[in-house]
Amino acid sequence: MTTLPELRDALGPNAWLDEAIERIRRHPAALAGLFPAAGRRCGRVPLPGLPGWTSDEAARVLMLAEAPAEVEPTYRYGDGDEKRAVLKALPLVAAGDTAVALLADALRTNDPRLVAAALGPYAVHLDQAAWRQGLLKCVFMGVPLAAVHGVRERADAELAEMLSAFAKERTAAGREVPADARELLDQLMGA
Amino acid sequence: MRIFDPHIHMTSRTTDDYERMAAAGVRAVVEPAFWLGQPRTGPESFTDYFDSLVGWEPFRAGQFGIRHHATIALNPKEANDPRCRPVLDLLPRYLAKDGVVAVGEIGYDSMTPEEDEAFATQLALAVEHELPALVHTPHRDKARGADRSIAVVKESGIDPSRVVLDHLNELTVAPALDAGVWAGFSIYPDTKMSPARMVKILHEYGLERILINSAADWGRSDPLLTARTAEAMLDGGFTSDDVDQVLWRNPVEFYGASGRLDLSDVSVDATFAGNSIQRGGS
Ligand SMILES: [Zn+2]
Repeated sequence: MTTLPELRDALGPNAWLDEAIERIRRHPAALAGLFPAAGRRCGRVPLPGLPGWTSDEAARVLMLAEAPAEVEPTYRYGDGDEKRAVLKALPLVAAGDTAVALLADALRTNDPRLVAAALGPYAVHLDQAAWRQGLLKCVFMGVPLAAVHGVRERADAELAEMLSAFAKERTAAGREVPADARELLDQLMGA
Repeated sequence: MRIFDPHIHMTSRTTDDYERMAAAGVRAVVEPAFWLGQPRTGPESFTDYFDSLVGWEPFRAGQFGIRHHATIALNPKEANDPRCRPVLDLLPRYLAKDGVVAVGEIGYDSMTPEEDEAFATQLALAVEHELPALVHTPHRDKARGADRSIAVVKESGIDPSRVVLDHLNELTVAPALDAGVWAGFSIYPDTKMSPARMVKILHEYGLERILINSAADWGRSDPLLTARTAEAMLDGGFTSDDVDQVLWRNPVEFYGASGRLDLSDVSVDATFAGNSIQRGGS
């Protein structure tokens, strides 16, 4: 799993971020104004060497790490990109399973970027039924299963049954079954 | 033709509208926070609405290749309800967002003391957050409402070139332009302003500091009236460069003053990590 020092290194020198982090350390409430500005100040570009991370997300995770008590309101008042950054921060900043309700919230949305981010490493705290529903929702929304953390380890017989029913429905309707879902199903069925 | 609709309430529109708008050349919109048909009764229903304006609606628009931005404010009508006013304290959180390019719609509905206070407070927020301001002028008693709005704008100390006075007509355009603010026109099927009348106004007052919108909302309205006005301009002797100035470059200049306008290419399909998303039955 990606660590905070790795995120900081990948961002390179950034005086705005250093000062923002310092301000948040002294006054956690400053996060409310600084967290949304990260995209404008640190860009929104993919980070070299850290696949799946962008510069704004990394900056936001580093800021949130200085004010872990602000996780809930930061998510509550976040726009799409901010919510996604909070979800990606959870395994690095949240204590135990205290923030699992945020995953449930994200899984209720219809935004594939949030649904996918809810199924990152922190989803170990999600119960199995919710995780299966989340994974099936990804298949429905066309989110590549490669974006879901630890699919192979967690997929079980119940999920196989759900995927099999989904594949039958799609086939009956003359619609395609996404290749990665088909592959996972075949693997679970021991084909 | 590329069209930027600087004032349209997409929350009230269907995906068919998004499709037709994209086909007509609409590539960017600004959705101001305003009242819905049903009055709200507390701050939480505002924040859910604001969340939609900075979260769900931009996502929906993106699926049709349309870039969506928002303006955030407590609208004048609901500023009169003491149960709603606490939302003023929550506005700074939203005014910090990437997708928020102005404070608005503020201004007057019935010109009450409560509206005076909310208007002045929110103009101050615009100055503090270095954002432009979108000012709605009242539909009843419009001329006096526009004059009084101009006076409040002057008193606030905000740079008038960062303010648009919207829903203007033949009688209110001159005072607005004279005051140095932008003049906004909402083109409606049969009420506030029509494409033909708009073309006349453009001939008389020129193309500078003019914004044209469809304002399409939950009332009888048409999200394609920006395109219809562009056609009426061409028929009325304006060039396609004139159309581009009024329907693209002007709104880009006005909202660009926020420093937050993002018009980098929007692909036709929403993408996830470079992969095209099909709309699922989720
Ligand atoms: Zn409006």
